[in-house]
Amino acid sequence: MKKFVEGSHAIAEIISKCRPGVISAYPITPQTHIVEGLAKLIADGELEAEFINVESEHSAASVVLGASATGVRTYTATSSQGLLLMAEVLFNIAGMRLPVVLTCANRSVSAPINIWNDHQDSMTVRDSGWIQLYAENIQEAIDLHVIAYKVAEDKRVSLPVLIGIDGYVLTHAFEVVDMPEQEMVDRFLPKFDPVVKLDPENPVSMGLLGAPDVYMETRYAIAKTMETALGVIQEASKSYSDVVGRPTGGLVETYRTDDAEKILIAMGSVVGSIKDVVDELREKGEKVGVLKIISYRPFPKDAIFEALKEAKYVGVVEKAVSLGADSPLFAEIAALLYKRGSNAVVNSFTVGLGGRDISSAQIRQIFGEMEKDETDTRFIGLNTELLEA
Amino acid sequence: MREVRVHARAGQGAITTAGILGSAIFRSGRYAYAFPYFGAARMGAPMNAFLRYDDKQIRLRCQVYEPDFVLIVDKTLTYGYNCFTGLKTEGVVIIDDDKENVSQYDLPRSSQKIFAVPASRIAQEVIGRPLGNTVILGAFAAATGEVDLDSLLSAVEERFSSKGAIAEKNKEAVKKGFDYIKENY
Repeated sequence: MKKFVEGSHAIAEIISKCRPGVISAYPITPQTHIVEGLAKLIADGELEAEFINVESEHSAASVVLGASATGVRTYTATSSQGLLLMAEVLFNIAGMRLPVVLTCANRSVSAPINIWNDHQDSMTVRDSGWIQLYAENIQEAIDLHVIAYKVAEDKRVSLPVLIGIDGYVLTHAFEVVDMPEQEMVDRFLPKFDPVVKLDPENPVSMGLLGAPDVYMETRYAIAKTMETALGVIQEASKSYSDVVGRPTGGLVETYRTDDAEKILIAMGSVVGSIKDVVDELREKGEKVGVLKIISYRPFPKDAIFEALKEAKYVGVVEKAVSLGADSPLFAEIAALLYKRGSNAVVNSFTVGLGGRDISSAQIRQIFGEMEKDETDTRFIGLNTELLEA
Repeated sequence: MREVRVHARAGQGAITTAGILGSAIFRSGRYAYAFPYFGAARMGAPMNAFLRYDDKQIRLRCQVYEPDFVLIVDKTLTYGYNCFTGLKTEGVVIIDDDKENVSQYDLPRSSQKIFAVPASRIAQEVIGRPLGNTVILGAFAAATGEVDLDSLLSAVEERFSSKGAIAEKNKEAVKKGFDYIKENY
């Protein structure tokens, strides 16, 4: 059913339809409305689940780790400092192969304190072993959560999934979405059937010491599983699309890239703004397009290269930086193109840090600067007066 | 595509205003994207909410810099600050003030229009609190014809559905705002 709804409330509703048994979270802006919404659904008796109040994000992550280990579907959500406080536990959840689903309402990281949107938080835990998916709009955000449970709990995968949604831009915004019916979600998402679980009748130990004789194999196993997950994400997206009757999900989305000479690559809500500029420049006869990366981990190298192989100029537009080195997504795109023998000019553009608004003019500027080959990232929209002080 | 900028103070319901209007637009078969921008996160601080709407899905995510419509929930926001920045040539402003004060507002262009409606006062009478958002929305519907009254009333009904009598009072406030414009302009 189509409705006009706030992003956070839409996510609370879709999580409720995924029927998690245990939810634990600690409030942090701009994620708070999601768990408030879920707490209300439970209090009103509309969702049968245990909401466990905790004193920190470290505990919230630990609670969902423990609950998931007992074979229960779990959910948590956080942002920024909260995600970083969870970091230690996130690595454990992935290492223990627990299919937790987490929403990261993407927000910058202190200091200075800043509650607004960028991707630095989830980018900082990119090597934790979690699958990471990023949503362009509220519709995609709700769809990706259902797909996430299917992928996470698939026995070929058994890994946690983080869904990145842009703080405020999507969490606090209202948009028209097609909300799947409960029956559709139930049909797509069967009851969680764990590979192994903590059970007094059949005791096992989990999360044990992995000495040098086994540790490396556990990391290799996750690396290989990430490759498998590429196929599982596509498969799950396809079957979910069939259930809801519209295409959604997948690893990447190409927009007018087929004959494009200039292609921008981005993740999350800024892709929508780029699409509008692409249409505008296409009207003027410019061969431009945009590649949206939905699945950042696993990194869909084949799908990305396929979209970029004819491009002369590639620009990576990122809301995150690796201070003292190349920006994370740019480094991976440049490596991919180099390894596959591409001669495209690849440039790095940093935008929107700490909620700096990303205007259409900035995107036009980036398209205009793509032909100039530069080594370092270009910060778009800097106020140079502040730098001179 | 049309763009709306709401000026309010944190706590005065700017995002509620944009959200209700977006919902009314959705009810009349169009697409909308309503979103807030919080400056400092404290009650009373000036803040904006924005709304874009169109016949097709909205993809643009930046703030609104050249609004077709400006809604000013609190007239003190115009003191020492230009709320009309970027207003389109044919732009329309709805402000919470008495009609006789309207000449004090200097719009940049003669083609632009301003409608004053004593929204806070009407809200105080109808709702019992000086929160004039729904009055402003009724006035917007009457002044611009961008959204029909029924869609607006049904959006208000849904927004306040869990709050009992508040829904009816706000619907009344919408109608008062609508009628005020029809009778006075």
